[in-house]
Amino acid sequence: MRTKLEQIRKEAQDALEKLNVLNELDSFRIEFLGKKGKLTQILRGMGSLPPEERPKIGQLANEIRAYLEQEIERKTRQLEEAALNQRLKDEAIDVTMPGKRYYRGKLHPLSIVLNEIKDIFLGLGFEIAEGPEVELDYYNFEALNIPKNHPARDTQDTFYITENILLRTHTSPTQIRVMERQKPPIKIIVPGRVYRSDEVDATHSPIFHQVEGLVIDRNITMGDLKGTLDVFAKEMFGPRTRTQFRPHYFPFTEPSAEMDVSCASCDGVGCRVCSYTGWIEILGAGMVHPKVLMYGGIDPNEYSGFAFGMGLDRITNLKYGIDDIRLLFENDIRFLEQF
Amino acid sequence: MLVPLKWLKEYVKIDVSAEELARRMTMTGTKVEGIHRKGEGISNVVVGRILSIQPHPNADKLVVCTVDVGTEQCTLVTGAPNVEKDQLVAVALDGATLPGGHRINRSTIRGVESCGMLCSGEELELTDEDYPGAEEYGILVLKEEYPLGMDIREALGLDDEVIEFEITSNRPDCLSIIGIAREVAVTLNSNFKPLNIEVKSGVGDVNTEATVKVDAPDLCPRYCARVVKDVRIGPSPRWMQQRLAAAGVRPINNIVDITNYVMLEMGQPMHAFDLDKLAGKTVVVRRAYKGEKLITLDDKERLLNDSMLVIADVEKAIGLAGVMGGANTEISSETRNVLLESANFDRGCIRLTAKALGLRSESSSRFEKGLDPHNAREAIDRAVQLIQELEAGTVVEGVIDVCSASLDDRVLDIPYKRVNELLGLNLSPEEMADILKKLEFKVEVRGDVLRLVVPAFRQDVEGVADIAEEVARIYGYDKIPMTLMEGTVSRGRKTRRQKLTDMVKEVLVGTGLYEAVTYSFTSPRVYETIGITDPQDIPMTVKIANPLGEDQSIMRTTLIPSILEVLSRNRNRGLQECRIFEIGTAFLPKALPLKELPNEIRTLTIGEYGPGMDYYDLKGKIETLLKFLGLLAEAEFMPHVHPAFHPGRTALLKIGNVEAGVMGEIHPRIAQNYQLEERVIVAELDFDKLLDLAKEQRRYKPLPKYPAVTRDLALVVQRDILAGQVEKCIRKLGGELLEEVELFDVYVGSQIPEGYKSLAYTLTYRAADRTLTDEEVNLLHGSIVKGLEEALGAKLR
Repeated sequence: MRTKLEQIRKEAQDALEKLNVLNELDSFRIEFLGKKGKLTQILRGMGSLPPEERPKIGQLANEIRAYLEQEIERKTRQLEEAALNQRLKDEAIDVTMPGKRYYRGKLHPLSIVLNEIKDIFLGLGFEIAEGPEVELDYYNFEALNIPKNHPARDTQDTFYITENILLRTHTSPTQIRVMERQKPPIKIIVPGRVYRSDEVDATHSPIFHQVEGLVIDRNITMGDLKGTLDVFAKEMFGPRTRTQFRPHYFPFTEPSAEMDVSCASCDGVGCRVCSYTGWIEILGAGMVHPKVLMYGGIDPNEYSGFAFGMGLDRITNLKYGIDDIRLLFENDIRFLEQF
Repeated sequence: MLVPLKWLKEYVKIDVSAEELARRMTMTGTKVEGIHRKGEGISNVVVGRILSIQPHPNADKLVVCTVDVGTEQCTLVTGAPNVEKDQLVAVALDGATLPGGHRINRSTIRGVESCGMLCSGEELELTDEDYPGAEEYGILVLKEEYPLGMDIREALGLDDEVIEFEITSNRPDCLSIIGIAREVAVTLNSNFKPLNIEVKSGVGDVNTEATVKVDAPDLCPRYCARVVKDVRIGPSPRWMQQRLAAAGVRPINNIVDITNYVMLEMGQPMHAFDLDKLAGKTVVVRRAYKGEKLITLDDKERLLNDSMLVIADVEKAIGLAGVMGGANTEISSETRNVLLESANFDRGCIRLTAKALGLRSESSSRFEKGLDPHNAREAIDRAVQLIQELEAGTVVEGVIDVCSASLDDRVLDIPYKRVNELLGLNLSPEEMADILKKLEFKVEVRGDVLRLVVPAFRQDVEGVADIAEEVARIYGYDKIPMTLMEGTVSRGRKTRRQKLTDMVKEVLVGTGLYEAVTYSFTSPRVYETIGITDPQDIPMTVKIANPLGEDQSIMRTTLIPSILEVLSRNRNRGLQECRIFEIGTAFLPKALPLKELPNEIRTLTIGEYGPGMDYYDLKGKIETLLKFLGLLAEAEFMPHVHPAFHPGRTALLKIGNVEAGVMGEIHPRIAQNYQLEERVIVAELDFDKLLDLAKEQRRYKPLPKYPAVTRDLALVVQRDILAGQVEKCIRKLGGELLEEVELFDVYVGSQIPEGYKSLAYTLTYRAADRTLTDEEVNLLHGSIVKGLEEALGAKLR
């Protein structure tokens, strides 16, 4: 019996050794350890053994059972491991093939740049105001100290609807509209679409976009104008940007200025982008004209303020190196997807 | 304003380069546009005299000239037809350069050695304005005597630098050499040398020679006239012609040139009439008659109206005041006696007239900005001084001066502290006074107030803000310290709508759409292009009175054409697919003619074509948007008919009872109008309405604690029953326990009777407070099936 047991152990060992498919392990277990398995069968013959042999044989049989179970466990793990490895091997893919395509569009570059500008001024405590594009002559000119027959009207060739209604030539009329409905302190920017009857070419478009700014409070100075716009320029064009303010004339501000920023392409040394001047003009600004404050119902002796206006299209083109304003309105997807 | 530097230097000392001057002038407010050097590129070209002309031995059309260039006599070959003995000509010597980088070398032409080239005006890039006759075919012939061998640039005045200033409309005084000189003097801290105007006594008495009547003193505050007799009309001297040409004014004859010279020098436009052609020897300044006609100096007949001011004699108009003279009294070579005019006209009237007639002149562009009436008198004296100096005629004694303009000093009291407050500076009244005195203000410091007498030429200065600018620009904008605002702390924020708008754009971008920006004006024919042909269906539009063209003459009322144009452009450029959106404005008038501003409706338009893009693709995008806005549950897509769209593939979007827009496939015929052969899907939604309705606030709902039970439901219904109806019905029948309904299959075919379709749904049931039992679910599911049968005739498949 002992011999038989040893033989089974040997037989099982050999069988297990040869076994290399995971699901054959079950039949192996049944063959040797199942209810009708070989080991069980032998133990059934225990009754014919002399009583003193029985514990020893029993112990041996248990040893073999435990051994076999342990071996099955080991073999299972081994085969599972092998199977997994095989699967992983089979599943290898070409990681260089292109990924699945997900559609995501893009914002228009004008929106991207406007968002940047809005973020900068929101951070400086400005709110965002809006006004109509079809506007009254009164708001677009009259209340901005540009009476009828003022030569400044020539620099803003105007689309008229009627004698008194026009397409706004700048975002400045919103200054008056805001003053009329809000008492100082006022701190707003006004992004918007404006119209001038310019024929289309690489640098002109009859429709373009401005961002206006207006600050009115007690004790607002030209130093504040310079400081605020300098912060804006550094945020917008990088911390190395320098600003330069030159005297200029606008009917609705006095004193008036144009602001140049140091050319980012050459760091102010002079290059083609800045026509070898080192500077690029980006906005007009000034202290709000006392007459304009009065039109807005604000006492110029008590309050002062500054205003500024910049061309969004121009700044966008500058920022991305776009050399033709028409591209902004063509909406060619190959253009739009670059931003 | 073109300012020849040599001319400018007569009135102010300038010891810096033109570039440095330009930079500094720009920083004090007289911006420089550029510096022109006409003779740049010309070198080694000299004045020579043709001594003899011989035929060329080997060429019929060429001649061989011997030319004296001062230092030597040289041989030059030319083909110019106008070459003659004794002419003074421009000779490019060996090694000379011409504009454009051309180099002239000694060369052999058909066997004869030519030591250079005789130049044409064109080769020197000269126009008739630079030198009369320069544009004639052939070599340039000099009409005056010049030393032989003189550099041609010096002879023709091409060696000067001309600075181009941008003069803003508030500074008409700077539309003059003297005005610029004043600014230069302040800028460089140099001395301004005023003109010394002296008129020698004349003959006779002007009042016996002519009369001036100003019938419209409101439009003509001052009219000065002088008379010059026995004029000798001829060319003005070269130096004057050169200056005029350099400043961009064409020389004509001595009298006209003098009036133009004074205008450039002093900024006062002038005019000269042929006095013998003035009926009654009288000048009448009056409003034009309605329908009156005048042929102006440019030989064009002008139709006038009574808002315009004319200069007339007792019979007829002889000039458009301040704009252009009349041809009937033009100075000609026969002119014997001249009446000179130097006047002051109402700026508004001049601008209106020039604009109405489309006739802007050097004169009108000065008057329309407002001129100093003092200057009229000084200028006319300056003109006769030049006439005397050039011996161009005999000046009659006296000036006719009809003046209703105030010539009093303008006095301003300026609190100097306010100037500091506006600028953010802390200047003493004395420092301010110093600056203002340089600008020719008279200044008296009276405690806190500066009492100023404004110089007459500064018509633009009115109050404290102007004084602040004067102080700041001379003190230096760059010296004003940068500060950040003190005072109330403000909170920067976007409004709800602004926030939502920006977020919606990101949501749309997330669904694969690119943002477009298109023009807001369009063609009135656009309605036909999108299938709206019945005049009654064409909406009222805002029409532009002066459009760039018919195609851009109305403000859009719909953005559908804009988006179709973008799709079309991308298709034409070969793109296989295109997905775009725009949030733009549509303009809807309340009534016509426009009395009040139109409604400006913000509109969201989406358009797409390409593989996989159909009605349901776009609907999915819109549903994504509606979900973001918290509107999906209330949204309904109802079959809809719209002329631009496919009649069977179009829906009206309703949010509750509100019609929020239309979406669907574009009608193939409309798509064809845009050269689009493929299916094009477009939506146009009222963005303002969507934002009004949006429920973007979110509230937390506890996560479900109990499991859900799902049941599939395959129904057979008549084909014309809409999935939307079925789903609505299921939800109504399912009540609170029905959590979700999902359509997962639609089938039409042989398994189903003709005229029917199968819809398969997964229904999810769940209770918030317990686990649903099978019995409960079966009961509810059964009642839904029954209800569907009753309501829609649906049968279980």
